[in-house]
This record gives sequence, structure tokens and C-alpha cells, in this order.
Amino acid sequence: MTQRPGTKGLIFNEPNVWDKSREGRCAISLPKADVERSPLDPALTGDTPNLPQLSELDVVRHYTRLSQWNFGVDSGMYPLGSCTMKYNPKTNEVQAARQGFAGAHPLAGDECSQGALRLMYDLERSLAEITGFDAVTLQPAAGAHGELTGMLIIHAYHAKQGRQRSKIIIPDTAHGTNPASATLCGYKSVNLKSGPKGILEPEAVAEIMDEETAGIMITNPNTLGLFEENIKEICEIVHAKGGLVYGDGANMNAIMGVVQPGKLGIDVLHLNLHKTFSTPHGGGGPGSGPVAVNEKLTPFLPVPRVEKELDTFKFVTDCPDSIGRLHTFYGHFGVMIKAYAYILTMGAQGLLDTSRLAVLNANYIKESLKGTLNLPYDRPCMHECVFNDAKQQEYHISTMDMAKRLLDYGFHPPTVYFPLVVDGAFMVEPTETESKEDIDQFIDAVKAIAKEAQTDPEKLTSAPVLPKVTRLDEVAAARKPCLRG
Amino acid sequence: MRYLPHTQEDIQKMLAVAGAGSLDDLFKTIPDAVKVKDGLNLPEPMSEWELNDYMEKLASENIACKGYTCLIGAGSYDHYIPAIIPYLVSRSEFATAYTPYQPEVSQGTLQGIYEFQTMVTDLLGMDIATASHYDCGTALAECALIALRKNKKADKIAVSDLVHPSHREIIDTYLKPSGYEMVLIPHTKDGLTDMTALEAMDGIAGVAVQSPNFFGHIEDLAAVKKVADAKKILFITSFTEALAWGILKNPGSFGADLVAGEGQSLGIAKTFGGPGLGLLAGTSKLMRDLPGRLVGRAKDSNGDDGYVLTLSTREQHIRRERASSNICSNNGLNAMTAAMYLSTIGKIGIREIAQLNHDKAMYLKSALAGAGFEPVFDPPFFNEFVMKAPRDFNRKRIDLINRQCVFAGLDLAPYYPELTDHYLFCATEKVSKQQMDQLAKEVA
Repeated sequence: MTQRPGTKGLIFNEPNVWDKSREGRCAISLPKADVERSPLDPALTGDTPNLPQLSELDVVRHYTRLSQWNFGVDSGMYPLGSCTMKYNPKTNEVQAARQGFAGAHPLAGDECSQGALRLMYDLERSLAEITGFDAVTLQPAAGAHGELTGMLIIHAYHAKQGRQRSKIIIPDTAHGTNPASATLCGYKSVNLKSGPKGILEPEAVAEIMDEETAGIMITNPNTLGLFEENIKEICEIVHAKGGLVYGDGANMNAIMGVVQPGKLGIDVLHLNLHKTFSTPHGGGGPGSGPVAVNEKLTPFLPVPRVEKELDTFKFVTDCPDSIGRLHTFYGHFGVMIKAYAYILTMGAQGLLDTSRLAVLNANYIKESLKGTLNLPYDRPCMHECVFNDAKQQEYHISTMDMAKRLLDYGFHPPTVYFPLVVDGAFMVEPTETESKEDIDQFIDAVKAIAKEAQTDPEKLTSAPVLPKVTRLDEVAAARKPCLRG
Repeated sequence: MRYLPHTQEDIQKMLAVAGAGSLDDLFKTIPDAVKVKDGLNLPEPMSEWELNDYMEKLASENIACKGYTCLIGAGSYDHYIPAIIPYLVSRSEFATAYTPYQPEVSQGTLQGIYEFQTMVTDLLGMDIATASHYDCGTALAECALIALRKNKKADKIAVSDLVHPSHREIIDTYLKPSGYEMVLIPHTKDGLTDMTALEAMDGIAGVAVQSPNFFGHIEDLAAVKKVADAKKILFITSFTEALAWGILKNPGSFGADLVAGEGQSLGIAKTFGGPGLGLLAGTSKLMRDLPGRLVGRAKDSNGDDGYVLTLSTREQHIRRERASSNICSNNGLNAMTAAMYLSTIGKIGIREIAQLNHDKAMYLKSALAGAGFEPVFDPPFFNEFVMKAPRDFNRKRIDLINRQCVFAGLDLAPYYPELTDHYLFCATEKVSKQQMDQLAKEVA
């Protein structure tokens, strides 16, 4: 086989930061006091927090070593399904770090913030064009926050109609956060099974859609990586009963320039800037989850809104039907800059090519591995494909074992055990930025691991051996939680 | 496009394997009727140097491009960020990683966040801190929801009207659809939360008081605790200036049940208000009620120490319908930044910086008083305070912005209509005596 990216190397040990601490060290140059001391009343003051005491090199070495224990997109292929771990262009970071942006105070006032407002306005317009909706808010701080925003909008819409509804339909191929977002608005989730082809059937929707149902939350392309072919018909069924259609746009990376969800009958949709628009996920965030709506729902968008008057921009809060405010200021502006830089760099053709090549890479992997791993839904996929461990179970090898073994080969594993609709799911999303050579290496690695499952299963069950730590006992950690040092 | 690696030859070979004749063929499951016909209407793509010019032009339309003197806080603070912080946090192994679902190759993020949790619990005097939230406002709204879930008989939450106005709006947004209500506790003429008004309130599940409050005043948290205990409700407290805990008695020492805070002051750039860092801490009794992620210690198969995301049975991706919070992404990279900052300033630095903030703010207050400003409130404060301005101040203030890029205070009238001509000032370690003297001269 070709050479593996994973190999052995020197891994530095690094203690906890407080174990490095020595009384009297400090890594910041403290400014000279040029005004007199004004001691606070001792009744108000407390003990100094027991922070570590380090030199500057101690700090630099500590975090440099920690970073070396992490796998990022810049380290290697990261085919985490539904998470769209594409390359994060470095120029985006340069743009966000500009003094005029990074140093901007949120309450400086509209006149002093025209550049930021113009950027937000133009980004909103670009996202509206890409999604085919009328209006966009950039305020939600993450995808799940966008979902909540969307559900609040649906709730406010029904309240305005004069009658609240009690239920939301959620297909089994939807994202995991969807039901919780509905719950936060007081809705009961109604589960809907997808059909034998892995997509929703209009008849099934028609059967449960009634006038108590506020709407449906559809992930499209869904978490099986399949396009919901009947989307238009489903939207008509839901609308006929007075419901609204929520589109989870986390998988927009497959359809930019191909389909505009707003033109399909979907009423409200969220995007993940940290997925589709190439902003880094930061090991947990910050993300950004803009929400796009059609004209009917525009009055309900959160405040403040950015408006343009001639060539000046301002924040507007006087929107009587608005759901209100969802962030202390205006959302994750730093993330917006990066996404906007990406759109400006790609243009219409670049975004279309992105989707085409993301879909090409996923289909190439699907076809290349379907003899090796079981493929529960053998249909043309979008930007991700879902296998499972049905073939490996014979050797008592699970999806998790294969995922852990992939670490030794130098790949970040795919998403495992999600979507729930597939038992033992192994969900691969290569993204468009992976080259054929890197994908071929990944395919070879999976094939080699499948062979090991038959000939040397212990290699898998005892994997990984190369990372800093071997397989961690998450169950024991949850049973007796230790959450601080 | 330079981010797309495929050669024409690659595409042909891969299409052949995928069993498609062309790239368009890959989309044949999408009905033609719903496809985009004429392409997206977006500007022509820019080269990297064109992008630089364009973005710099946009950035220069913000006053911040000129390195202004920032004397406003109100939830976003102008502190010095040591050079090593952006340098270390931009290491791509931190920045380009996803949520640490595979702990064996995420020990850097996991240990870093575990240390962050430890530092936050120490800073606030609490048992448990989460791995971060979006900002203080959303963290505070989550606290309100916890209180309402814990005290099922009550459907109201009491919130001081000196909690940041945006945070109160967020709580309102979060509560509205479930039929819960936020009731405001008024403030006294001293600019502090009115405890007698709180005492008179019934049917509340919890009380939320910010300290230092929106006027910068240090609240009597011991008094809040007393009322909360008497009413058997949850005591929630919030803050927007994390460095205050370098010197002030922390919320844990007053017996707070839940603390929501903004961590932007800890090495994070203002960036027009986001991303910041939502902090959320609680007592161990509330461990399973806290929304969001937690990192815990674990052992690997060799018995060595490591870290994992833990207690995930509380979370949406497992409980789906029964999950009480939908939080998924957090502000992990900013949590890492805060940990780096706290490690850098350390025990010595945090006390000194906190003291300096207070010293500068006291100096600015007296300098303004000398220039004809009226100190309307008297309680002790950390680094923010309110002053009533002379009549012609607003004109001078705009002039100062335009001429010298000095931002002299935040007009309070939009937030508290009764406070026309009142301004909220903030001084941090970055403002010099000379700048403050100059300001006093200009506005006198």
C-alpha cells in the first residue's frame, strides 16, 4: 500500500499548568502605575485567585506542547461527517485580525462603525443570494443557536396568526440538536421515519401533518447524505395545513449554486459559517449560525437589524414583531469576516465548484469502499456517505474499533454512530479540499483496516497505539466525574 | 481556485469510479425543476491582494482603525493583550480542530479546557465551570431556565434592572415562548438593586443580580443570598468584567448557586462584540443541570491520565427530545485564549492589573469631577462609573471622537431614559494619566 501519514514520533510530556507554577513568576510586563493607588475597602476585596505563576517561555512551551497533541485540518484529513471540516484559508485570519475590525467596540455607534455594518449588510445579501431567501440575520452564535432562532420565529409567526400550535415533526434523518431546539419553544417533537430509500415520503408527512403541528424540521441534504427529492411536495403538504418548513442548512456545502432552498418552499433555514464557509471550528467553536427567511417571516427576525439608507448603514431595533435579541451584541462578527472573505474569494463559480467537488469526493469514496464496508443506502450521495460495521461484526469488530485504528494510520475518523437511523454508522465527509491522492490514502487505510479485522482483530480492539494516550475510558470518567484540577 | 486541488485528469478518473459521466450527473437525484438556472448573482472572485485592499478599506471605515482611546466598557473592555496570546491561539492544531469527539487525538484541546475550567472555578469560587458558552447574555438566559426547571411551581424569574440591558433582552427572548416571565427588580437612588423590592416578590424561581452592575457598582451579594435563602430560590449572579475577580470577593464566597459571566476581558479582542466568551459556573449540586460541555479526567487502557468530554448524557445528541438545552458548539477557542491569558498574567499579574484598573478609574472619576462632571452615585465600583455631564458635553464628545479618536463614555439615555446627560465611563490599565488629564482639559 501507499505510505501512511501516521507514523511514530517524539511526543513531549507536559504537566498541568499549575504543576509548572513557581511562586514569584509572572509572564506579563506590568505597567508602571502613573496614578496613585486607590485601595478598595477591605470588606469588598477577596483573596487573589490561585492562578499559575509562570515565565513567558513556560507559557509558550506549555501551549505549544498541548497543540501538538491535537489533530486539526491542517494536520491531516478530517472526514467528520456532517461537520464539513474543509481547509480554513489563512487569508481569512489576516482579514479578521485587522485593527479596524478586531479593535472595534460594539457600542461605538453606527457612524463610527460603518465598515463593520457594511460588511454585515453585504454578507447578509450574499447569503440571501446563495440560499434563495429574502432576508438574513447574522446574530445567532452557532448552528444550534440558529436553530433556536428559527424555531422562535416559527413560534412568533403562529402567535401572530392568533393560535399557537403544539407539535413539530422531526425526521429520523435530522440533526441531533433539532428536537432540543423545538423543546425550548415548548413544542413536542413528533418523530417521522424516512422511507426505504433513506428520504422522506410525502404520504408519510401528509399522514401526520395536522393543524396542531407548527411545522417540520428538515435537514437537506439529510444526514444520510441524500437529497430530499420530494421536498417541494412536502412543503406544499405542510403549508396547506398552515405549518411552516424549517430547513437545517448544515449540509449546504453540497448544494451551493445547485439549489437555492428558499426557492423550494422552505420558509426558514440556518447556515453554519464554520462548516460551509470555511471558518475554523476552534476545537469547539466559536461558530456562527445565520438564519435566512422568506418575506413572510422577515418581520420576526431578531433585533438589531442592519439597514442601508443611501450609502450609510445603521442598526434598527424598532421591529414590533421581532422575536427579540439573541446575543449581547451582534453575533460573532469575527467569524462573519472570515466567511465573507471566503465568499469574496470564491465567487459564484467557485462556490458551485466547491459543491460539485465535495459531492464528487464523497461518491468516489462511496464507490471505492462499498465492497469493504456495508453501505445501507446504495444511492448517489451528496457530500457525505454513510457506511456501517455490518460486515465487520462477524469478527466482533465495531465501528468504534475501526475509527480508533484509523487514528494509528494518521486520519481523523469519520463521524461514528450518527445518524441514528443507521446502526453502527460510519459517516464519511471528505469535503472538496482533499485531493485525490489523500483520498486514495484514506481508502487504502480503510481497506487495510478491514483486512486487519479478519486477520488480526486485536490490532483494532487495542487501537489506537500511536497517539499520546490510548483508548480512554469515557464510561468511568462519567461515573465519577472529576471536572477540575 | 487555489483551495480546490482537483486536476481535470483527477476529475475524469474519479467520475469513472463514481459511475457518472459528468459533474452535473452527480446531481441527478435533484429534480431539474428546482435547480439554479443562471448561476448565483455574486461579485467576481477577488485575488488575495484584491481582498486585502478591499478588507482594509472596510476596516478603515471603522473608527477602531485609528487606535482610538476607548473609555467605554459596558460589556466589552479594552485591555492589553500580550503578543504571545494571539500567537499561541492561532496554532492551527487548536484553531482547525473540531469538537474533541475523538479524545485520543484531542488531548491538547481537552487538557487546555480542563485547565480553563479549573481556573474559572478558582476565579469565581465555584465548584464547576463549563467549557464555555457564546457570551454572558446567553449563559445568563440558560441560568434563568435552570432555575425555572428546578422550581417547577414558579413561572417567574426576578432580574435586577441593573443587569446589562442586552442580557435582559436575551432572557426575555428565551423565556417568551415557554410562557415564563421576567420581573424586573428596580434600583435604589444609590444605583444598587433594591432588596426590599425583591423581598416583596412572590412566585419567583430565582433571582439574578449583576455585580459589578451595569453602572459599575459593586452589589451587596450577601444581601441577595439572604433573600434567596429565605425564599428557597436559586441565587444567580452575573458579571461582564472578569478581571474584577482579581481583587473583589468572588461570587462563590457569597454562596451563589449559578454564575454567568463574560470572559472577553481575558485576552480576547473586542471584535465589534463577538465572539466573546460566555462563562457559566455552578455548585456541584447543579452538576447535571448545567447546559453545555464539560471536560473530565479519565484513564486510558494503560492506566495513564487523559481527558474526555464527559456527562454527555445531559446533551442533545444523546437525549434528543428530552434534552433541556440545545447547546452544541461553544466558544472553545476563546476559552483556550482565556486560559492562556490567565496563565500569562498569573496570580501576581491579575491582582496588579485589577488594582490598576480601579486606580485609573478612580483617577478618571476625580479628573472628570474637576472638569464639571457630577458624580451622581456613590457606591464603590471596580473600573466603570456613571457621571452626569455638563450641558454642552455631547457636542464636545462628538468632536473628541472626530478630532482625536477619544471615546469619552457611553450615553446612558437610550438604556435608562431618566438618565439623560448621564454617561458610563470605563478606564482600564491601557489608559494613561496623561490621556485622562488631556480629556479633562478638553471637556472642562
